[in-house]
Amino acid sequence: MEIHAKSADRNLLLELSGEIDHHSARNAMRELEMAVDAALPKNLVLDMSRVTFMDSSGIALILKAQQRMQLLDGSLLVCHVPEQAKRVLDAAGIGRLVTIR
Amino acid sequence: MKKNALNEVTLTFPSRSSNEGFARSAAACFAAQMDPTLNELEDIKTAVSEAVTNAIVHGYPDAIGTVTLKLRVCPGNILELTVKDKGRGIPDVEKARQPMFTTGGEERSGMGFTIMESFMDQLLVRSVPGRGTTVTMKKKLAPRLKTK
Repeated sequence: MEIHAKSADRNLLLELSGEIDHHSARNAMRELEMAVDAALPKNLVLDMSRVTFMDSSGIALILKAQQRMQLLDGSLLVCHVPEQAKRVLDAAGIGRLVTIR
Repeated sequence: MKKNALNEVTLTFPSRSSNEGFARSAAACFAAQMDPTLNELEDIKTAVSEAVTNAIVHGYPDAIGTVTLKLRVCPGNILELTVKDKGRGIPDVEKARQPMFTTGGEERSGMGFTIMESFMDQLLVRSVPGRGTTVTMKKKLAPRLKTK
């Protein structure tokens, strides 16, 4: 998977693409943390529109992002979640913890 | 081949994380003969990904071992998936199946079994500490209208 970062005015947009699984999660998590640490955003948006597959590793990634943004007293929005990934998030009840649009 | 299976395939591979993608794609390819819907295929890929990841992360935490993936077409349009490892085993299966429970560190969410349960119709976990774990899942695929 790949993460493409765009940052402006303490808003950070991370565009995730490809398959999010355990194999790719460790690097993805490191990249996410580096991007957040570099931008120190007030608002973080995870755009999932180009994610082709996601298992529970994606949940850990999203919860990590949430944790990071809570430390910065900022907000997290997860958007454009494809059908399969949405069902994974729903099965885990992640919508109760994270704003998904 | 077991008597009641209409078709089956068994794959064995080392517990390297690069095989997670292979395992779920192979399962989807095998299931294609049952004429599944796109959603059903995605459910199968997701469940296989979770089970194989568990075997890799928890079965063999410190070594590379063998993971076996068995796929079977059973009467009634039922797909049976078995993921087996001969690794460390799970001391308390009940506890391991609880949502958010994990021993896998920060890149795991503890939601693997919850997702397998929700994406499949049946989930059976047998484990003997020190001997390994076998996860068997079944999913009945919706009958499709034949066009001819």
